[in-house]
Amino acid sequence: MTILLDVADVSKLFPVGGGPGPLARFKRRFSGGPEKLPKVYAVDNVSFTINKGETVGLVGESGCGKSTLVRALTRLVDVSDGSIKLGTRELSLKPSRVFARDRDRARIQMVFQDAGESVNPRFTAFDAIADPLRRLRKMRGKALTQRVETVASQCGLPLPFLSRYPHQLSGGQRARVGIARAIAVEPELLVLDEPTAALDVSVQVVILQLLQRLKREFGMSYLFVSHDLSVVRLLCDRVLVMYLGKIVESGPAAEVFERPLHPYTQALVAAVPRLHENGTGRLRLTGEPRSPIDPDPNVCRFYGRCPLSAAMCKTTMPKLRRFGPRQVACHFAEEFLLVPKA
Amino acid sequence: MTTAAPALSVEGLSVDFRTRSGIVRALDNVSFAVDKGETIALVGESGSGKSVTAYAVMGILDPAGKVTAGRAMLGGLDLLSAKPSQLADVRGREIAMIFQNPRTALNPIRTVGRQIADVLIRHGNVPRRDAPGQAIDMLRAVGITDPARRAKAYPFEMSGGMCQRVMIAIALAAKPSLLIADEPTTGLDVTTQAVIMDLVNDLAKEMGMATIFITHDLALAGQRSARIVVMHAGHVVENAPTEELFTHPRHPYTAELIAATPDSAASLDELASIPGSLPDLRRTDLPPCRYSERCPRKIDACAQPLPRSTSASGHMVACWNPMPERIADAPTESAA
Repeated sequence: MTILLDVADVSKLFPVGGGPGPLARFKRRFSGGPEKLPKVYAVDNVSFTINKGETVGLVGESGCGKSTLVRALTRLVDVSDGSIKLGTRELSLKPSRVFARDRDRARIQMVFQDAGESVNPRFTAFDAIADPLRRLRKMRGKALTQRVETVASQCGLPLPFLSRYPHQLSGGQRARVGIARAIAVEPELLVLDEPTAALDVSVQVVILQLLQRLKREFGMSYLFVSHDLSVVRLLCDRVLVMYLGKIVESGPAAEVFERPLHPYTQALVAAVPRLHENGTGRLRLTGEPRSPIDPDPNVCRFYGRCPLSAAMCKTTMPKLRRFGPRQVACHFAEEFLLVPKA
Repeated sequence: MTTAAPALSVEGLSVDFRTRSGIVRALDNVSFAVDKGETIALVGESGSGKSVTAYAVMGILDPAGKVTAGRAMLGGLDLLSAKPSQLADVRGREIAMIFQNPRTALNPIRTVGRQIADVLIRHGNVPRRDAPGQAIDMLRAVGITDPARRAKAYPFEMSGGMCQRVMIAIALAAKPSLLIADEPTTGLDVTTQAVIMDLVNDLAKEMGMATIFITHDLALAGQRSARIVVMHAGHVVENAPTEELFTHPRHPYTAELIAATPDSAASLDELASIPGSLPDLRRTDLPPCRYSERCPRKIDACAQPLPRSTSASGHMVACWNPMPERIADAPTESAA
């Protein structure tokens, strides 16, 4: 298998200025420059790869850095450190505002969470899909119309709907517009940020099946961000679990969900509501997550919320260790590896 | 149903909305009941009328909406014909509601402690002097760490999960006998969702409170409620004990909804999608069964007014051609 995207040691830190107001401004001014300010470790030393034609799921709770990581990969923000390689091309060197006009821009495209909010309300569906083609493929006139119509029908959007504005479309149709405009320029990697979160189950199924068909037809790779584990299980080959800026577990989706090794993944899997099963008496997380501002590099990020929380977890940050096809960042991963699956 | 008087019984509730393009019958002859201490779930897709039902019962419908028929009996009081002053006494004290989005439902310019104290003073017969202290106790009861400090915080200073806990504290402050929870965990993480739902369940059990839980997530509803009421386009199509609904759904819509839930399938290809979409409720030629135009089991009888048959086990289905009572699927093993 060939590696399409190679992410190595990527970090993204945001300085926090201590809020608005003259006093905070004064403190910032004399604190010795932005590098002296406390920082939010939104993404902290993350490495992973995506193969050609693979669907990778990225899960984690809100605030864990999923969106920042995704925005860094799609080159919408600049990384603080690390490298992002697409094929042989290193992407992290070009500032994001220059990258918008880069020839490789078309190779990574993104489908945003709520198409109702991410599509320009003053663009018709046609314009929304045509925009990336005009900018990145320099298409005009008949060729453009033809391409837009092809993509729209590939995404199951009836052609008469192309002249409608987003508010005249249903949720499912808007989702189709969002997908159509992303695949119009034939990307190799499609990043999907919770594409079905705003949809009803019946529509969600249709959109998920559409995504799977498109992937088979065009051989794209997907990075699928979601907090709905039952959807990730169905769509993804491999899954990455993130917690407070770090990847805590990764591996084949079926294995990770069947026998999660990291305590956070275990809690996550236990929290998913299931048909035919009542949810009482299962593993629950207590407390609030640790602060992501200048975290202690020697304390496990999950310490305090973790049911294990041993003395060791407070003194040594667990490294991501390899167990066959899987990786886990927990001192006690072996113990769960031996436990027969529930 | 059981012999004891239910905590709330809604009978034949119909609600019309006036819109520019005609009258929308958002609820049509909706009936269900919650027993004391019981948790039921209202389930359906968006636009099915779940929230409108809750708003009508609470008497907080949008001015464009009007209750045209039906009763909602809370003890001896019909909430739909009660005077505003009577309703104001009942709300908060007898029925409380948790709203969908805690950030917009909470008052942004009052500290959360004061918002809880307000309810205690108005509905809980708590002297003004004791209210702040009791508000802190409520915050502790819903699992907020360092409640004394958090009571002085404004909603924007708290995370979504914390705001939802505050909403729950406000709803439960006056120990109501009925709680309506309208999608209490939408927008929260699954881990937080599980904790919040546990909290609502535990408190409901402790206080012997009846709960109406509104959600679009069938799996979550199944986990948390004893009985499920399935709604489609303003109709109650099926009302059954949870286990029975999942193993032997009788209305075709329920069956499709279950088949569309991601959890039910081993692969994406197995997941069934529901053809078509909700009918436009503004139409004047709506068929008596609003599902019939999408329904794979449609027969000629569907043009007649909806039937309502209830089995001995309390399984209500509004369909002329329901699925057979026992379909040949083995109940899935449960890993309890």
